[in-house]
Amino acid sequence: MNEVPLTHILFVSTTLFFIGMYGLFTRRNIITMLMSIELMLNSVNINFVAFNKYLFPDKLDGLFFSLFIITIAAAEAAVAIAIIINLYRSHNSIDVDDATEMKF
Amino acid sequence: MSNYLYLLWIPLLPLATFVILGLFGRKYLSKIAGVLGTASLLTSTILSFVAAKQYFFADSKVNGAYQKIIAFKYTWLQFSPNVSIDMGIIVDPISIMMLIVVTSVSLMVHVFSLGYMKGEERFATYYAFLSLFTFSMLGLILSVNIFQVYMFWELVGVSSFLLIGYYFSKPSAVAAAKKAFIVTRFADLGFLIGILILGFYGGTLDIGLLIQKFTAAQSPEFISITTASFLGASMLTWGLTLIFIGGAGKSAMFPLHIWLPDAMEGPTPVSALIHAATMVVAGVYLVARLFPVFSMDEAALTIVTYVGAFSALLAAIIACTQTDIKRVLAYSTMSQIGYMMFALGISKNGGEHGLGYMASMFHLFTHAFFKSLLFLGAGSVIHMVHSNEMKDMGGLRKLMPVTHIAFLIACLAIAGIPPFAGFFSKEEILMAAFNSNKLIYGVALFTAALTSFYMFRLYFSIFWSKPSTVHNDHGEGPWVMKLPLVILAACAIGVGFIPFSNFVTSDGIALETHTDLLFSLAPVSFTILAILLAARFYKTQNDTSDKVASAFGGFYTAAHKKFYVDEVYLFITKKIIFPLIGQPIAWADKNIVDGFLLLTANTTATISNKIKGLQSGKVQNYALYFFGGVLALSVLFIYIWK
Repeated sequence: MNEVPLTHILFVSTTLFFIGMYGLFTRRNIITMLMSIELMLNSVNINFVAFNKYLFPDKLDGLFFSLFIITIAAAEAAVAIAIIINLYRSHNSIDVDDATEMKF
Repeated sequence: MSNYLYLLWIPLLPLATFVILGLFGRKYLSKIAGVLGTASLLTSTILSFVAAKQYFFADSKVNGAYQKIIAFKYTWLQFSPNVSIDMGIIVDPISIMMLIVVTSVSLMVHVFSLGYMKGEERFATYYAFLSLFTFSMLGLILSVNIFQVYMFWELVGVSSFLLIGYYFSKPSAVAAAKKAFIVTRFADLGFLIGILILGFYGGTLDIGLLIQKFTAAQSPEFISITTASFLGASMLTWGLTLIFIGGAGKSAMFPLHIWLPDAMEGPTPVSALIHAATMVVAGVYLVARLFPVFSMDEAALTIVTYVGAFSALLAAIIACTQTDIKRVLAYSTMSQIGYMMFALGISKNGGEHGLGYMASMFHLFTHAFFKSLLFLGAGSVIHMVHSNEMKDMGGLRKLMPVTHIAFLIACLAIAGIPPFAGFFSKEEILMAAFNSNKLIYGVALFTAALTSFYMFRLYFSIFWSKPSTVHNDHGEGPWVMKLPLVILAACAIGVGFIPFSNFVTSDGIALETHTDLLFSLAPVSFTILAILLAARFYKTQNDTSDKVASAFGGFYTAAHKKFYVDEVYLFITKKIIFPLIGQPIAWADKNIVDGFLLLTANTTATISNKIKGLQSGKVQNYALYFFGGVLALSVLFIYIWK
């Protein structure tokens, strides 16, 4: 079996990242935006793992980093959902365009 | 020697009264405000007399001379090791003499006001202001530091302002208060610059040290101040002249006298206290306090002499033509202060030649009593007649016997008829003038005759002239109004016999004076002639005075209009200073200074209006800016900043 080249994996992760970014900018629903952020985080995870595997096969630093990111992403999701619930309680909506009080 | 610490209570008691009455007077203490103020001042007065007895009689003199004693000194602001502003108490013959004058006249005025101001709505406030004034005046005379003098000087000005404007619902009183404040404030600018000049060259603000440094002809300070010159006069002359301008402002010397006649808008007892006996002599006191320095500079003394003599003469002429009795008294005050000033001006420091100094202080002392008596008498008359105008009076001698006698005594005293107080002091002044400057002597003699003429014009117009037309039921007033008159009348007779030259002289050593009967002949006979003339004109109603007035023609009109000094001031301010200096500066302020600031503010506002849309409140916009920023930094660091 031929080895998958690094560039292929990077291409996947970059695609994933920009899909996430596109979603973050275009969606108005906060939950979808949260999901987009998760996508971006995971694309970074893929980068970490891939670089670890291809550049420093005898080290584990990249893997540990992705583990940390997964943990923090879980915590972040919990906080974000708590914020979303509070926002829904106060605004009766989870559309970001409805929550624009913090302006000039 | 410094067992005079109790002197601190003399100014502090009125201060305490002021604070108490000022804070709680109107609400809680309006009934007892007068009694409270009088009682605290009575204590101060007693302490002053105790101090005088201790100083003049109990403490032994050093080499036959009374010493200057610093009873208390507290360094308040230290600028450098040598220069500091101190608060303290000085004990020397003139400060003790002034203590007696201020406390006793103030006490008389406090007592008189119990009757005169009774029923006033702001009775407690009035007493609070009186206490403030008394405190400031006492602080002024006890000052050890020239800056302390300046501070109390301003406090005196403020309390004078408050008291002149006491009837603040009257526009004329408000205008008078403002005028007094502005004119004296203007003069005080000169005083301040003078202090700074002396302080700069002397390297100290302490009065004792200043005198010590500037009277030693060899000291480096004296040499530097006399060699430095500006516009042809030495800095010593400038400094002293500027200080004298401050004194002239407070003491109503020409041409800064214009506030004094208007200041008569205040309650009459206030005029008696401030504008007759105490505050207006502050200028004389200031010159006397610094007299050793003044005596080192002939030019400054000459200015003092001629300003004093001219003011004395001018005021006496104006006084002959005024019809408001308080204004007559105001001009007479100005005239008498002119006397004191030129007596200082012709004096030398120390020994036989210090006669003028001693005479000036003596006249200050006696004048305080008979002038406050005159004002309080006028107060009684106004209380009775409810008018200040001479034409509303006449024939009051039967209605107000006590006031009549007291007023007559005061008139005789100010005219200088022996054996009343004014005779002795005026005699010394004339003697000093005769010995040093014949021109001044002539002016003084003529002024003395004028003085007795206008005083007796006043006396006859009030108490004789025509049958009385006044009808009211409160009579001459309660005993609290008569008692001060009686006491002051006794003083006006008695204080002349005090051997003043034993106590107060320029160098503290007793001075031998003698009354020369032959010398007294001229002034006394002039005076009596003037009184007879006044009696001929005003004792009964006749038109002689009008005929004489019309014979003088333009001169009479000019004097009646106070020689147009007010008009000159108005012309200078309204026609010259306002359009030529005030308006351009106002224009620059409005258009350049304000314009610059407005420009800055408007620019900021415009820019922020333009960019405030960035903060839209939309999360996704912020995310976009964030990514844009990351992108820009990436480009910067990867491609540009290699």
